[in-house]
Amino acid sequence: MAEEECELNEKQKREIAKWFLLNSPAGEIQYIAKDLRSVLNDEKVYNEAASEAFPLYNKSHLIFLELPNRSGDVLVTSYNELEENEFLDPRTALVATVDHVKQVCTDVRPAADEELSSPYIEEFRCALDAEMLKYVAEAYPKGICSVYCVDGKDVEGPGSNFELVVVISAAKNSPQNFCNGSWRSVWNIEFKEDVQMLEVRGKLQVGAHYYEEGNVQLDAKHECKDATIFQAPDDCAISIANIIRHHEAEYLESLEASYSNLPDTTFKDLRRKLPVTRTQFPWHNTLQFSLTRDIQKELGIDK
Amino acid sequence: MEAAMGLMRRIHPKQSETALSALLSLLPHHSSDLLSQVDQPLQVLCDLESGKEYILCEYNRDADSYRSPWSNKYYPPLEDALYPSSELRKLEVEANEVFSIYRDQYYEGGISSVYMWEDDNEGFVACFLIKKDGSKTGQGRRGHLQEGAWDAIHVIEVGPEEESIAHYCLTSTIMLSLTTNDESSGTFSLSGSIRRQMNMDLSVADGHLCNMGRMIEEMEGKLRNSLDQVYFGKTKEMVCTLRPPSEVVLRLPTADMP
Repeated sequence: MAEEECELNEKQKREIAKWFLLNSPAGEIQYIAKDLRSVLNDEKVYNEAASEAFPLYNKSHLIFLELPNRSGDVLVTSYNELEENEFLDPRTALVATVDHVKQVCTDVRPAADEELSSPYIEEFRCALDAEMLKYVAEAYPKGICSVYCVDGKDVEGPGSNFELVVVISAAKNSPQNFCNGSWRSVWNIEFKEDVQMLEVRGKLQVGAHYYEEGNVQLDAKHECKDATIFQAPDDCAISIANIIRHHEAEYLESLEASYSNLPDTTFKDLRRKLPVTRTQFPWHNTLQFSLTRDIQKELGIDK
Repeated sequence: MEAAMGLMRRIHPKQSETALSALLSLLPHHSSDLLSQVDQPLQVLCDLESGKEYILCEYNRDADSYRSPWSNKYYPPLEDALYPSSELRKLEVEANEVFSIYRDQYYEGGISSVYMWEDDNEGFVACFLIKKDGSKTGQGRRGHLQEGAWDAIHVIEVGPEEESIAHYCLTSTIMLSLTTNDESSGTFSLSGSIRRQMNMDLSVADGHLCNMGRMIEEMEGKLRNSLDQVYFGKTKEMVCTLRPPSEVVLRLPTADMP
């Protein structure tokens, strides 16, 4: 950064503001926004930055917003985005209008036919959606999921490939306990008619932030692949749900294993709990120091 | 300023350098406050005379030069620079040697530096620093970490001796990050920073170095445990809250849902 005392221009300030917003931990963008406005002290620049940053943040964090009339939740993702503020919920066939900066759903309307998938595709999508609802209800205390068609939504019948995506988003915000976390799963399923196979690719992302008198963050990511045969919609749905269930459970186990390796294995590469001698360092024994120094010099350890 | 600190507490520890840069450019009038209150990963220079590296911090800086604890010289060279008194320098030299061995015992590598200077209250201040790269390409002995960094800053204010007792006030900051990466479990990354204080009144019979060393060792142990069990533990708890392990889920999926 330049050393001069000159004021930053508006564009620079806006970029900085955007950076802070985009890099907010899950569930904390509103807090960051508040502090940022205070530091920035320039509403115009803040509003410009917010209008650019919030949509990106919301889609990448797979946030979910309550639909009015308690019809459920709508996910905000790049997969179901119709216009910049309009997001489709295929389960209810509703389109929600969203205020990105306030992170609320401001309006809702029924989806037009051309916005929904064809009946053929809808059979697959709906069956999978039903299975995913079951899975998410059993695996996640509070998880939201949806299934979208991202390719081939107008396919009328057998003979073409198409692609569905399953999105699972779970978040827990406990600011009173200084702890927030999020789990995001995105599963792309390519229905390959030509080879009668389904190719499944999963991307899992988990984050947690604990900040009581400190600041510690977890970021974990994983990608996996699987495949199964092309069957009738209900059978496909069950196979896919089983694949997802299996991989996600396995991933959770490996996360737990990573954590249990910490104290004695991984952390040791940073700092041991105790020296090899298994005793604390003998600060008072200077003779030992000279001896140790000589030994170290002899062994060429001292660098 | 409070808002700025609020931002620093939320932004990912790995991005703290970028965040601090940004804040310094937005709030140039608060730069000295920001620089002293925000923890940053430690930088290192090489002392060409001794061939050894030393850590840079506010406590060995004068203008844009940094003093090496090995040769006691500033790089780049500086005229009329600040130096500790010859007596304090003796203690500083011994501290660097002893701390280097301590570092090797616990960190199996890494770089350490100790700086001391007189303060206005007839006591002195000592700063003990450690920087360790624990990645498998660095000095991670066991090769677990794709990326790993530990930066420790211990600042001890030592009060004047009164009836063979001195008051020690230790403020310790640890910044660490670790990342493991493999085929089956993907990328797993934890990073964080914490700061704590410890005050003690100790007899000077064993000498200042001994007292300071023991405090630092105790503090580092406590912080390592705290990071591991409390802090990382809380993130693990969060993950298990988001998606409990399968043993916890008692209901099995059944085909006959309404």
